[in-house]
Amino acid sequence: MPAKLPTNLEEIKEERIETDILVIGAGNAGCFAAIEAKKLNPDLEVTLMEKAHIDRSGCLAAGMDAINTYIKKGRTIEEFVRWSRAQAGGLIREDLTISLAEVLNQPIEEWERWGLPINKEEDSDEYHTRGKWDITIRGSEMKVILAEKVREFGCKVYNRVVATNFLLDGEKVIGAIGFGVRDGKLYVFKAKATIVATGGAAGIYKPYQADGVDSHHMLWYCPFNVGSGYAMGIRAGAEMTTFEMRWCATRTKDFNGPIDTISVGYKTPMINAKGEKILEERYAELGGDAAPRYIRANVPMMEWMEGRGPCYVDTRGMTPEQIKDMKIDYLNERPSFVLFLAARGQDLSKEPIEIYGSDPYIVGGHTASGYWIDVKRATTLPGLFACGDVAGGVPNKFVGGCAAEGMLAARGAVEYLSSVGMTEIDPEQIAREKARVFAPAIRQFTEGDGIIPREMEERMQRLMDEYAGGVHQFYRMNREQLEYALKHIRILKDQTKYLVARDLHELMEAHEVIDRLEVAEVLIHHLMFREETRWPGWQTRTDFPEKNDEKFDCFVNSKKDPTTGEIKVFTRPYEQIIPGDRYHP
Amino acid sequence: MPPKVNKDKCDGCKAEHEPLCEQICPGDLMTLNPETKKAYCRSTRDCWDCMSCTKICPQGAIETRLSYQLGYYPAKLIPMMGTNKITWTCIDINGNVERFSFKTRNED
Ligand SMILES: Cc1cc2nc3c(=O)[nH]c(=O)nc-3n(C[C@H](O)[C@H](O)[C@H](O)COP(=O)(O)OP(=O)(O)OC[C@H]3O[C@@H](n4cnc5c(N)ncnc54)[C@H](O)[C@@H]3O)c2cc1C
Ligand code: SF4
Ligand code: SF4
Repeated sequence: MPAKLPTNLEEIKEERIETDILVIGAGNAGCFAAIEAKKLNPDLEVTLMEKAHIDRSGCLAAGMDAINTYIKKGRTIEEFVRWSRAQAGGLIREDLTISLAEVLNQPIEEWERWGLPINKEEDSDEYHTRGKWDITIRGSEMKVILAEKVREFGCKVYNRVVATNFLLDGEKVIGAIGFGVRDGKLYVFKAKATIVATGGAAGIYKPYQADGVDSHHMLWYCPFNVGSGYAMGIRAGAEMTTFEMRWCATRTKDFNGPIDTISVGYKTPMINAKGEKILEERYAELGGDAAPRYIRANVPMMEWMEGRGPCYVDTRGMTPEQIKDMKIDYLNERPSFVLFLAARGQDLSKEPIEIYGSDPYIVGGHTASGYWIDVKRATTLPGLFACGDVAGGVPNKFVGGCAAEGMLAARGAVEYLSSVGMTEIDPEQIAREKARVFAPAIRQFTEGDGIIPREMEERMQRLMDEYAGGVHQFYRMNREQLEYALKHIRILKDQTKYLVARDLHELMEAHEVIDRLEVAEVLIHHLMFREETRWPGWQTRTDFPEKNDEKFDCFVNSKKDPTTGEIKVFTRPYEQIIPGDRYHP
Repeated sequence: MPPKVNKDKCDGCKAEHEPLCEQICPGDLMTLNPETKKAYCRSTRDCWDCMSCTKICPQGAIETRLSYQLGYYPAKLIPMMGTNKITWTCIDINGNVERFSFKTRNED
């Protein structure tokens, strides 16, 4: 039975925890980080803070059917970097990508030893492959398996504790603060090193399905990853990179489900309403079926705009066995897509699967948005390390890359440990955060009136959709629209003081919208700064439709001044390490 | 995407300190009605239909339903969890039944 909302600040109980390493977010990357820290030194106290339950939290809640990045026998790190670079339009942190590739296979092989079934080629010990870098798995229980190992290694897990801000000593991160969504307590974690692994941000934009009853969370990305890790970093003055490289993806229409399963897994072509194979016949010069991901995301939208939608992946050439296998893949990843097909009464051998663009996400495991880090995964804030979808610079990480980056962050954090002592916590800071965290609850008690998180979330999502290049605008935007969006995001941010929460769940929702607004504001700054179109679909400026290499062949970074709230946007150079054509693998 | 709880089957997970569906939901959406002691989804529009609650319920009391905006009535997808395998039964709106069974863990 969840605790009651507090009615005044005095009655809120506090939990203080001291630990060597704090991991925020017990998802894929966070779990691997925690285990790696324990492996490096079993005497270390490793603590995880998780807003949900570690067994089924984050992207892996329902499972996965493939691991998109695994370096197969005979392939090299150089090839991997070239592929990833071309997929991202030539702009990645090559130093980070190389260090990731060096350990990429380790977590996957370990997962298999722990019990994750990985499909093998017939009569062989080699992993079955799908596409160049993908291997296929039966991953429906992979998160449960991982969580068991976290416990086995002796890490301490705090479930249902929502992180809200870092604990700071000047610029230095010395832990984090949050609240218990079941017990209503304030949690203060003091740590010698902190790893943030809260995943990316969904729900900044309105998805097109949200008009329907009960379909608000019909999102591809995990809707409970709201960008808290980014928001906490922004508020503390961490440097962020490449938010403008949004992840907009081709997804199954209405269900917003993954598509690689069909198009990569079973080599089904993408077609338009006229039956033309779009990539091959219309976009051959951009790479055809091997075109970069942003082209593939933009293509169905272009077809709709030009009057050739709807578009499909053509399943009509699949054999009955292939269709059954594909449904099994979905049951391992997004089981309810099989229900969706059944609810449409759809026979895939006769009727292809319709596709469309997703709502835009900020996801550093797919594009390059997130914390600006070094090869040790240290952020610009001393004591803070980042990994997985929350860390920037390395697109195309996906499951394997996020896990591998978790390991790297743990190595960085363990090495850092030795250089810090335990700093005393400033009581003022805790009091301030407590007042901020519980404000919507107190307001509900004292005023009994205000804005509920859902209202504010819907306003923000529609605003971003219409004025900052959402799916209803076919991802396009111009300066005037972005200025409008920024003006209203600022009003919304100011209005968060009117938020009310009627129970602890709603208090969590209040902080979800507060954090999303923080991310949205920085995102708009990035979108405004890049006066060009580098990745059509991901970032399309109608007022600057061409690429401008002279000015923008570089990273766009930002930093918010924690005292003035001013957001500075600036550039950092791209550095090529692996020679060759950046736009073709 | 609302999970539907069958009130005759749900026993409120009496033996647990917290009902299993409530423990597991990544969105903190499942909870007990304090009067009836039966589980329900507190905010149906916020469900990601990940089916974690459906899979964990020991009574098989939860059915994942698609929002009507997306799929027609009354298709069903029912998981049966085994030790190292899972079996799914799917019934489409025309009454066609499909069954899928596969490994979820390697044997030790
Ligand atoms: C539907 C779907 C299908 C995908 N398919 C594939 C695929 O086939 N192959 C592939 O390689 N990749 C795939 N991916 C991508 C891949 O799963 C992710 O990139 C990767 O797992 C992300 O790992 P992460 O640790 O960064 O995030 P997550 O695993 O999502 O972990 C983030 C964790 O942080 C927690 N958290 C968030 N906010 C807070 C807070 N404020 N306080 C405390 N905890 C918090 C969350 O609850 C969660 O546990 C898919 C992703 C999705 C969503
Ligand atoms: S897990 Fe099943 S039996 Fe237990 S409370 Fe939830 S619905 Fe009821
Ligand atoms: S399907 Fe998933 S998100 Fe929906 S109520 Fe069940 S556990 Fe929660």
